[in-house]
Amino acid sequence: MAGRAYIAGAFEHPGRHLPDVSPAQLHAEVALGALADAGLTLADVDGFLSTPDAPGFGVITMADYLGLDRLTYTDTTETGGSSYITHVGHAAMAIEAGLCSVALVTMAGKVSSGVPVPSGYPDAPELSFEIPFGASLVAEHALAARRHMYEFATTAAQLAEIKVAASTHAQHNPNAVLRKVVTVEQVLDSPLIADPLHKLDCCINTDGGGALVVVSEGVARSLDRHCVAIRGHATAIKASFDGRIDLTYTAAAQSGRRAYDMAGIGPADIDYVGLYDSFTITVLEQIEDLGFCEKGKGGLFVESGALRSPDGQLPTNSDGGGLCNNHPAARGGMPKLVEAVRQLRGEATPEVQVRDCRTALVNGIGGSIGTRMGSATVILSREAV
Amino acid sequence: MTEERGLPAPAPAVSPHSAAFWEASAQQRFLVGHCPGCDQWFWPPNRTFCPRCGQAASLREASGRGTIYSHTTVRVSGSIAIDGAPYNYKDALPFVLAYVELAEGPTVMTNIVGADADVVAVGLPVRVEFSRTGGPEDPALPRFRLV
Repeated sequence: MAGRAYIAGAFEHPGRHLPDVSPAQLHAEVALGALADAGLTLADVDGFLSTPDAPGFGVITMADYLGLDRLTYTDTTETGGSSYITHVGHAAMAIEAGLCSVALVTMAGKVSSGVPVPSGYPDAPELSFEIPFGASLVAEHALAARRHMYEFATTAAQLAEIKVAASTHAQHNPNAVLRKVVTVEQVLDSPLIADPLHKLDCCINTDGGGALVVVSEGVARSLDRHCVAIRGHATAIKASFDGRIDLTYTAAAQSGRRAYDMAGIGPADIDYVGLYDSFTITVLEQIEDLGFCEKGKGGLFVESGALRSPDGQLPTNSDGGGLCNNHPAARGGMPKLVEAVRQLRGEATPEVQVRDCRTALVNGIGGSIGTRMGSATVILSREAV
Repeated sequence: MTEERGLPAPAPAVSPHSAAFWEASAQQRFLVGHCPGCDQWFWPPNRTFCPRCGQAASLREASGRGTIYSHTTVRVSGSIAIDGAPYNYKDALPFVLAYVELAEGPTVMTNIVGADADVVAVGLPVRVEFSRTGGPEDPALPRFRLV
């Protein structure tokens, strides 16, 4: 990639239960937080990206509210929780094309902001072939977990280790909702929601949000803040398309490969990963799909303690992730990006800071791995401008 | 046509492009999308075109036979209301949600009925049956039973 784009500012809202903060105010708070982190102001912003669930008319309403009167680039790509990872890639493309030089990406919402049905919006054409049978997000992910277990002998205890690793990290995060370290046995003893998934295999839901500021190389040079380089990005959509379904892999298999190709690196070069953790099975499949272990060997891989930060083979979600830290508006992509930036800057909580963290990968899955999904991958490196 | 005790049979929202499927379901006929050009079956049957080649497609009666691709016993479930129609399984817990791979190829989201959860397993053969959502003219939900 010529004329790289950089992440100059990153901010995660510290709130998890915010009944008295409007969604518009939440967008403003995270926007101001990320701009302050970068050493920039609202007046510097000429690119704005957010999802259509932003209040009112989305980016139009929010541009008005935030006073963004000099926008030359906007983007409202909606791929669920992975949207903000997609937005980072789109911001990088816009900057490389010279369409803008300071792009603000905001994510904010409440527990109640989610769409009502697992397949998305109520006029989805597949709705009548899924919802009347009692489909739900957790049940669909359970179908994926069951099939993965059937094909690869993955165990519930192996899935549980993903939650254990997240809880081990979350104990060091003062903002995390669940800070208590749990054991594999505690996960397996928690109530079955949709077997084989237990309550503790499921993410939490919170209020909150976060924002990023993506800038051109020229702007990055002018800032005092450590800017993180965007080296590769890609998106993919996987569904059954005509009814042939394979629940053992996610769209990360496609987006990951293309992001690696753009960055010119591979899985062995990654020091830290942020993975969408709607459910433990979501993490397991992404690990395999992104090439960190062979397909079907994810259970053995995580069982070894690989995800534990900082010393595991593949430190993952060192803030506690959506399983323990936060999952604002059921859209978990943004916090994964913010923690990856912290890791690359060396600003993660000391107990989980990966030593010499040079390259990070963030992957998001939006939608449902049990039906249809979007995946977005971003590869970041700490190299200075 | 059987009445599965305990499992709700909420009426599906019928679109102009899925009406033929639901009309046939009332007569216990299981139709699946089929492309004459590709000679391939597709699911769900909510399209007038083939999602592979774009040619005009139609619905064909399928065998109603398949095998369980994956299954889960749902023990906690919420209630979803769409356009005022409740899809409420709270009183039917636990129930089995599954994907059935049809003999014709496509995979169908459905329920496995008439079997204890611990008997249901990947790979078991099943056959379609229909649950009425109302009167004899109303849509019926394709569910599957172990054979």
